[in-house]
Amino acid sequence: MIEFKLPSLGADMDEGTLLEWRIAPGEAVRRGQVVAVVDTAKAAVDVECWQDGTVLDLLIQPGDKVPVGTPIAALLEAGETSETVQRPARVAKPAQPAPAPGTTTSAAPPASRARISPAARKRAAELGVDAGTLSGTGPQGAVSLADVEAAAKSAAPLDRQAAMRQAIAAAMSRSKREIPHYYLGETIPLGAAMAWLSAHNAGLPPEQRLLPGVLLLKAVALALRDYPQLNGYWQDGAFRAAPGIHLGVAVALRQGGLIAPALHDVADKPLEQLMAELGDLVQRARSYSLRSSELSDASLTVTQLGDQGVDSVFGVIYPPQVALVGVGRIAERPWVEEGRLCVMPSAQFSLAADHRASDGHYGARFLGEVRRLLQTPDRL
Amino acid sequence: MSRTTYREALRQGLREALARDPRVFLMGEDVGRYGGTYAVSKGLLEEFGEQRIRDTPLSELAFVAAGIGAALGGLRPIVEVMTVNFSLLALDPLMNTAATLRHMSGGQFSVPLVVRMATGAGRQLAAQHSHSLEGWYAHIPGLRILAPATLEDARGMLWPALQDPDPMLLFEHGALYNLEGELDEREVVDIHSARVRRAGTDLTLIAYGGTLGKALSAAEQLAGEGISAEVLDLRVLRPLDDATILASVRRTRRALVVDEGWRSGSLSAEIIARIVEQAFYDLDAPPARVCSLEVPIPYAKHLEEAALPQVPGIVAAAKGLLG
Amino acid sequence: MDDAQIRREVLEALQGIAPEVEAETLRGDRPLRDEVDLDSMDWLRFLAALHQRLGVNIPEADYQQLTSLDALLAYVGRRLAAG
Repeated sequence: MIEFKLPSLGADMDEGTLLEWRIAPGEAVRRGQVVAVVDTAKAAVDVECWQDGTVLDLLIQPGDKVPVGTPIAALLEAGETSETVQRPARVAKPAQPAPAPGTTTSAAPPASRARISPAARKRAAELGVDAGTLSGTGPQGAVSLADVEAAAKSAAPLDRQAAMRQAIAAAMSRSKREIPHYYLGETIPLGAAMAWLSAHNAGLPPEQRLLPGVLLLKAVALALRDYPQLNGYWQDGAFRAAPGIHLGVAVALRQGGLIAPALHDVADKPLEQLMAELGDLVQRARSYSLRSSELSDASLTVTQLGDQGVDSVFGVIYPPQVALVGVGRIAERPWVEEGRLCVMPSAQFSLAADHRASDGHYGARFLGEVRRLLQTPDRL
Repeated sequence: MSRTTYREALRQGLREALARDPRVFLMGEDVGRYGGTYAVSKGLLEEFGEQRIRDTPLSELAFVAAGIGAALGGLRPIVEVMTVNFSLLALDPLMNTAATLRHMSGGQFSVPLVVRMATGAGRQLAAQHSHSLEGWYAHIPGLRILAPATLEDARGMLWPALQDPDPMLLFEHGALYNLEGELDEREVVDIHSARVRRAGTDLTLIAYGGTLGKALSAAEQLAGEGISAEVLDLRVLRPLDDATILASVRRTRRALVVDEGWRSGSLSAEIIARIVEQAFYDLDAPPARVCSLEVPIPYAKHLEEAALPQVPGIVAAAKGLLG
Repeated sequence: MDDAQIRREVLEALQGIAPEVEAETLRGDRPLRDEVDLDSMDWLRFLAALHQRLGVNIPEADYQQLTSLDALLAYVGRRLAAG
């Protein structure tokens, strides 16, 4: 039997609230299939399954909040039947707080649990509202559908923003507390890259154009092939290389906050595909509908704050990753080449890296490789 | 459209059936010379003659059983029983013969019988003439139970009931006979569906027969207080039209059953059980009931009124569902 | 298509990218990408939306003409008039 446990959807996640099951007992599931939607502090995330199997039992219900690592479903492996395995126990429900005193409209006997109407309970799970914390206006002070919808309307965006702020605070505090950062900066000429890009985009409608950011991501990913010590995690006192090159792309959210979902296998994909996937990823990040692998897989994060106009950015590493690449604004600047002053588009690249996992010399050579790759954009 | 009463609409339905099919005849206590205890069959003896409008001795057992025999013999009898209280004398042939024969004969015999009877209280006729026992009959497989509450149903349910091979019990609430209104002759009447008589969004009042008018009055009063009540007329008590009931309750998420029967082991209990079984996760409040108090219906006017579902009680219960 | 229609289409395309934008408070003479906080991905999606709505394909070479909302409206008007 396979115990499917609530995965960590980012280093800053301690617990998650199940919003919805996408599977039912008896159903076959494939590796990579979305089996549940879980609310983390940052987003409602589609959680994928990592094994093939058949659902034996769902151990938690929508609305339940459980710590990372809690078994949430039991799956049968090929060849097993429900008779041949011992069913796991369901997760005991954490006690729901009783409704605030003074909200009951008539004398009600002491309830064994909070009075929440079935419709309200169902809707609360869908909306990610903790109905147990609401004061009810229904019969006998029960929380009604209208109470849940009102709460979701007024409080949810604020709550989510506050929760995201908390999550960012926790991750960044941990980073600065635990990770001995070193920082390197390098101004990289982008004349060839920008010329190639304008030529490429010239005949194309906006839907098919490439952004400079995609070239930069591809160059970083290709460089990481040669500098694997920057692509991975510092865990349990040692560096572990990541199985693939999945770049976390820092996305600023319009309503405030930040999320850095992973763009998978960047080194292996053509630019057009990366552009399409990046557009999709940014849009889904902003609508809070990311997949679990996108939240947990990033092996190095890239932030392109230059897009907002700053010359350079020195980032804070997102633990347990060991490095972060920052890219400043691409602008035309004075440049000396072969003893002559000219005008050249360029950008300041920075590397913030974990000194436990790599040294400055290694990091400098990595940035040099990124620079080299960007001089031959047609080979990216 | 024509202005008429529930009583006249019933008579119109009877007259049409008698004229349309020579196998149809009416029998019961005082249906002929006296014109019916509730004057429903007044004038039919003169119009259709003694062969087809037959006064019977005072024995419900005998004339209901005779009706069953006539139906088996190929006729289409309409039997009038004065009130549902007296029908208990005929419970044996109704339950043990009419309801069972088709099943016991492997489908060889059907009993296409229609039994009409008055039900319900509100006219100071005391405990032996005032009970609402249609819920009991709705318990019995093999019978079909109809409860016309509108002029259209009073006129229109009889003919399709006569066409059906199953025995039909048609309950006429005693307080409805003088109901006056416009009869829409074009309305198509069936004998299998429940109907929404007033659309609403906040809760569903489920009523039938004598409580439909009270539920509609309550809905009107609730509308004045900003509460939008849907009113569902069951029309058919067996088999219940689950689909229509549940569709309404799933929409409004709150259900209040208004039934003049007692609540213990009752039709209202059955309806709520079905709602909870099939729509639990759509409910926003526990389903509720307004029923008659569990006493034999009193004779004294103020006590009788107190024992029956009334509009203020329905309004209060509806508000209770909304918190 | 008259100026009011063009303006409505452009604003709707913009609101598709940046839902918080309110037409009344948008200052037409300010740099658009600062006024609405559009990053390069937003900008490209905005141009793609204009392409789909109005059939106007704005090449990269013309980006520098689109400094403000007013300038963009004038540009689109010219392109539509030119057929």
